[in-house]
Amino acid sequence: MTEKKEYKVIGTRPIRHDGVDKVTGRALYGADFQMTGLLHGRVLRSPHAHARIVSIDTSRAEAYPGVKGVATAQDLPDAEDRIADLGEGAVNLKYLCDNILASDKVLYQGHAVAAVAATSPHIAEEACTLIDVEYEVLPPVLEVRQAMEADAPLLHETLKTTSMGETADEPSNVASHIQHQLGDPEKGFAEADIVVERDFVTGTVHQGYIEPHNATAHFNQDGQLTIWCSTQGAFTVREQVAEILQYPISKIKVVPMEIGGGFGGKISVYIKPVAALLAKKTGKPVKVLMNRADVFEGTGPTPASYVRVKMGATKEGKITAAEAYLAFEGGAYPGAPVGPGAMCIFAPYNIENVVIDGYDVVVNKPKTAPYRAPGAPNAAFGSETVVDELAEKLGIDPLEFRLLNGAKEGDRRADGPVHPRIGCIETVETAKAHPHYTAPNGQKHHGRGVASGYWFNIGLESSVTINVNSDGTINLIEGSTDIGGTRSSIAMQAAEVLGIPAESVNPSVVDTNSVGYTAVTGGSRTTYATGYAAYEAAQDVKRKMIARAAKLWEVDEANVQFADGEFSCINGKEEQISFRDLCGRLGQTGGPVVGSGTVNPGGAGGAYATHIVDVAVDEETGKVEILRYTAVQDAGRAIHPSYVEGQIQGGAVQGIGWALNEEYIYNDEGTMTNASFLDYRMPTCLDLPMIDAVIVEVPNPGHPYGVRGVGEVPIVPPMAAIANAIYDAIGIRMTELPMSPDRLLKAMGKI
Amino acid sequence: MQDFSYVAAQTLSEAVALLDENGEKARILAGGTDLIVNVREGRRDVDLMIDVKSVPEVNVLDYDANTGLTLGAAVECYKIYAVDAICDAYPGLIDATKIIGGTAIQGRAGVGGNLCNASPAADCIPPLIVLNTTCVIAGPNGERELPVEQFCTAPGQTALENGEMLVSLKIPAPASNSSSFYLRFIPRNEMDIAVVGAGASVTLDDAKETIVSARIALAAVAPTPLFAEEASTLLAGREVSDAAIDDAAQAAQAIARPISDMRGTAEQRTHLVGVLTRRALNGAIQRIRD
Repeated sequence: MTEKKEYKVIGTRPIRHDGVDKVTGRALYGADFQMTGLLHGRVLRSPHAHARIVSIDTSRAEAYPGVKGVATAQDLPDAEDRIADLGEGAVNLKYLCDNILASDKVLYQGHAVAAVAATSPHIAEEACTLIDVEYEVLPPVLEVRQAMEADAPLLHETLKTTSMGETADEPSNVASHIQHQLGDPEKGFAEADIVVERDFVTGTVHQGYIEPHNATAHFNQDGQLTIWCSTQGAFTVREQVAEILQYPISKIKVVPMEIGGGFGGKISVYIKPVAALLAKKTGKPVKVLMNRADVFEGTGPTPASYVRVKMGATKEGKITAAEAYLAFEGGAYPGAPVGPGAMCIFAPYNIENVVIDGYDVVVNKPKTAPYRAPGAPNAAFGSETVVDELAEKLGIDPLEFRLLNGAKEGDRRADGPVHPRIGCIETVETAKAHPHYTAPNGQKHHGRGVASGYWFNIGLESSVTINVNSDGTINLIEGSTDIGGTRSSIAMQAAEVLGIPAESVNPSVVDTNSVGYTAVTGGSRTTYATGYAAYEAAQDVKRKMIARAAKLWEVDEANVQFADGEFSCINGKEEQISFRDLCGRLGQTGGPVVGSGTVNPGGAGGAYATHIVDVAVDEETGKVEILRYTAVQDAGRAIHPSYVEGQIQGGAVQGIGWALNEEYIYNDEGTMTNASFLDYRMPTCLDLPMIDAVIVEVPNPGHPYGVRGVGEVPIVPPMAAIANAIYDAIGIRMTELPMSPDRLLKAMGKI
Repeated sequence: MQDFSYVAAQTLSEAVALLDENGEKARILAGGTDLIVNVREGRRDVDLMIDVKSVPEVNVLDYDANTGLTLGAAVECYKIYAVDAICDAYPGLIDATKIIGGTAIQGRAGVGGNLCNASPAADCIPPLIVLNTTCVIAGPNGERELPVEQFCTAPGQTALENGEMLVSLKIPAPASNSSSFYLRFIPRNEMDIAVVGAGASVTLDDAKETIVSARIALAAVAPTPLFAEEASTLLAGREVSDAAIDDAAQAAQAIARPISDMRGTAEQRTHLVGVLTRRALNGAIQRIRD
């Protein structure tokens, strides 16, 4: 580990800037938004998983008292098969538009078909029942392997598989095939003394953010469109709405309200363009709110998947080769996170011979959306279970086995990149030394498991502006929606540069007209990249303030130094002034000081985690209880350790839910039967022990303070760690998620 | 949410008259923890909600060690488990009242409402069955009584005729050397509806070795909660033993007619009937012996 620098603000735990407003209920969320003349929108959704729309008759709804407008796909600009680049890669515009309001076909139960604006939400709801849609129902396909069959029902007549640059002739549900190869896998497996190969299946799971999607849209008389909404990225909303409505971005302002969770699920737009369409049609502001069933049925979950993993090792414990087959459901349109899954699957290990095949497959379920390290948990469930089995068969402690093979700086990932300085080994060493790992755990049907995980993190663009106030405080203007305490973690980086307390920074998350372009709060990038921009903006302020001190003292700028919040004169005069006092003298030294910072950094630095879990299995009911959980993670540098711990705990908990009970349950017609928090079973506080979050700090060379993103990697290890613990408890390898009581009973031969 | 009318009835006769006049689209509102959710989600079509929380007869909570318990149909769960004598006498019912919803829901929801909602998975119904509960029903033609195991007729359907409402539940005083127990299986530790529920009441002889009588009831394994009559009667006269309890568990499994749905599979439910019946019987016996 590199030597730890001393900081004044970084690493402390100040009260978050938005904390009081949030705990007192004063913070304004999208659903709180009110405006004179506001209309209420409601979306009509498809009851069928797969059907052709024969006709839509809105006349009865339009005639209903209180209804002010009805919108269908007819109101969207003609999309055709154009490709748009929305920052997160190329997107087929027809798919994008059809997911907002279906034009020719509905591709999942819950697919939006039409929308109503009315004077009350109840009238809008009632009017939706008066829209007559005639469907020609088609057979649905709900599972990735079935969708890949040659005779499977086709979702898109024009979709053809692209495979490494080639496009197939015949239409298929397989949108794409990717492959990464390193070394000579055949040779690697030949060198192995032991080979383990297993198949895995994972369920469709939702992010489960507490706040449903919401949007209010309003067109001014001059055509300026404003959208107030809950989003992970106001600028990506602007881009998507501009593309879908074919409207200039300069005429769209997006105001991000407070956000009640997103986890990746609030990057794609759903009802925002619908609210805009209805606002345009009615000339009034229109507010659209989803309920929980809308969220489950109409927004992107993370995909179900089929994963096959084969790994070989020598009897000394060296992994010689690895092979993976990843088939992920994209939902109704292409876009499964199979690429990230392939990037992450073997990343905790240095393996010379690897081949990974990935498939993005459409099925009759909602189009998938990112969810915390999208793709990586599906993949790691397979690979980390196989690693555990290899270690077991070789008689090597599973953490020792990880140390023997652990990835280090300079090792190459199967998809190409060479690792910079990473903390993989450090998380394993820390887990191994943790008292949890050696605590007694000998009771019948109790088991312990471990697993590691990787997420690459991203950089992307961020902008920050700092306005210096005369009382020595600064107003920090940023565009990153604050989901996990990032106002504080960003503000603290500026405070550190300027030698002021965190409390002297007033951070604001503002609309798209009021700050430079900033990419989404996602990819674990916000504290890293927007924090980096805040660092740069603070450096800009510092430079300008040095110039002011020089002017005040009539010396050359080179003769002013700044340390610990004090400007002082070197070479000659005995002058000194604090940052605060100099702030009070800006008027007489040239006027206001504004600093800005913009970044698009490349050195996000990947994050690693290693988790330890103890479980108890009720052998009569198949229920798994989590007894103890320790999550070790490399944070690079924890700016605000409380929120790093919060991210680690949250990720682990969502992983526990994914492992044990969460899944979309469908009937044969393709209708989701558990679209509520009652039957979509996320863990509650009574289902969880305190998650012991252990922060390891291996500074990221790609950030001035060594920050690595922390939000995503903690969801990667839990499923395999729990599966490995269940194996330790009852001697059965669980290979299907969730590992729910009925599946355990089946696996134990009880039913 | 659809429009509906609301009346706060002040007397039993007023409530019954309103029910009688308005037919099937009138519903009694007590705690509302099922009714309001069902109306909001479009699962029940209601034109008139008759709030009975001000009606004295449905708010009675009266326990006497000799005559037993009279439990008004609108009495909330939290009021029931606040009375120590009731907790001591009917621990199986208390098990159920403490796991319905959470603390906040238990402040509104009551046993009577849980019964009238007639969910096959209702937690309070198996304990009521094993405790030999009688339903007191008021209607346009006066009062009548009905054993609780005959009250539910199908999911969401009851034996209440047009114009009738549940007034109270009468539970006999417990025999000496007796106790009761209810438990359910849920995949989490709260927030879930029973995948299977099982209640048992047991009376032992003075030596606490031989079963004098027992009653077993099941939830979530048939269109209505079930009284497992054969499983119950076969225990009478048997010594407390794993064999006797296994026999009862198997007999209980034999009457289960579960479906597979998002909460569990039929095979899982049948298996759990055996597990939970054993646990409920052993739980009741343990309480007698403690």
